[in-house]
Amino acid sequence: MAHHVLTPPISEAQVRALRINDTVTLEGALFGIRDANQIALFDKGRTTRFDLHGAATLHTAPNVKKVPVSTTHPTGYASVCVGTTTSARMERFTRPLLELGARIIVGKGGLAKGSLDAFAELGGAYLAIIGGTAALETTWIEAIEDVDLDDLHPESIWKFRVKGFGPLLVAMDSHRGSLYDAVNRASQARRAQTLARLGVK
Amino acid sequence: MKVEPRAVEEVARELYVRALKVLPPDIKEGFGRLVAAETDATAKQVLGTMVTNIRVAEDTGTMLCQDTGIPIYNVFIGRGVQIEGPELKEAIRRGCERATREHPLRSSVVHPITRVNEQTSCGPGIPPIHIDFSDERDELRIEMVPKGSGSENNSWLRMAIPAEGIDAIKTFVVDCVLEAGGKTCPPTIVGVGVGGTSDLCVALAKRAATRPLGSTCADAEGAKLERQLTEAVNMLGVGPQGLGGDSTSFAVHVEVAATHITMNPVAVNMQCHSARRASASITPAGVEYGF
Repeated sequence: MAHHVLTPPISEAQVRALRINDTVTLEGALFGIRDANQIALFDKGRTTRFDLHGAATLHTAPNVKKVPVSTTHPTGYASVCVGTTTSARMERFTRPLLELGARIIVGKGGLAKGSLDAFAELGGAYLAIIGGTAALETTWIEAIEDVDLDDLHPESIWKFRVKGFGPLLVAMDSHRGSLYDAVNRASQARRAQTLARLGVK
Repeated sequence: MKVEPRAVEEVARELYVRALKVLPPDIKEGFGRLVAAETDATAKQVLGTMVTNIRVAEDTGTMLCQDTGIPIYNVFIGRGVQIEGPELKEAIRRGCERATREHPLRSSVVHPITRVNEQTSCGPGIPPIHIDFSDERDELRIEMVPKGSGSENNSWLRMAIPAEGIDAIKTFVVDCVLEAGGKTCPPTIVGVGVGGTSDLCVALAKRAATRPLGSTCADAEGAKLERQLTEAVNMLGVGPQGLGGDSTSFAVHVEVAATHITMNPVAVNMQCHSARRASASITPAGVEYGF
């Protein structure tokens, strides 16, 4: 169970070194992606000016406020509260996102088999953050460096600069390891015993 | 007691922001119980991070979770309270919109077909404003629940039949908890509606999911079912965030209504660990905020 500090761009070798139960801290650029912006990119043919090769991405749509443009707020946006949303809704976007070059998805609640296959074939990993702990997560965000597709606000594509973002738990790796699969199998195995305890015949 | 719409608007604005930042004491105590009983090392760490987040939110005035949710207002009109109904509803809507613009909060509300976000947290039928009546004299009570989508997206209704009996209800709840896995941000409060019509059954489940921890179903059979199901779902090992452990749910809450001789409906609605709610009591003495 190693700890890794990763600063994008992240190489295939770096992401393949990650194993489930390892922990990761991210530094530097982190892209906020979401339902609407991935529907725009992968269903509606829109493009982003961001280069996602080696990128770390986060399933999020933040609370922001408009502020005067300055060196600390180059986009005119300041973070109010940045947290992480449920990843499962965006399951079918994992493969096309990795095909754009992304290596890391940070999310909550896990992804399914299609994503696990994509991580194995293209070189990627899923890092679990603790959902619902956005106050803490916001303290790891240094600045909103850039924003694209802002007509979809708040589901724009956000480029955050982060410092000490983590520790995050490697929950799905490029070797077909998935903590969610393991827990789901164990929970399903306890179903019969649980129903018996409830007196279900 | 005559209540001015302007006072209601102010309360509706304040409640949304309060609910997003301070977790009710019963939920904090619930965390204390889970942390003390949890045996899985990863789950203990996950719960520890959640408890830290509650403290950071209070210390920094940051929202607990980025999901501002669907804003829900439950209004309880006491005896002797005078206010025009349409103005009451409009005042709540204005307060909700002002909270969103003035704080500012992320508007999480879009038109269901165009998906256009008006950036107001409002839209057709939203915020839901549920009006009820209470026996309290000269009190207008408003409860606010920002209902997060991670938990709301995991909602179910099953129109079981009498021949399937209580076993259908128990099995359905267990299977919903398994299907939800980590998606609902466990540990959850599992709200179960039993009986009624299809729409009432779902409303009961929501009421159950947003009840304070430690409260029990007023119906004795419902209360018994709560105890059985709370123990059962925590045998499944889903754990906090679906990463394994004992702490799958703070509690299972049940609400019941009578139903038709041919019907046996059951609904499940879940509340995530950020089980946020706030309330205000408007009386002749002024406004008192609570949970």
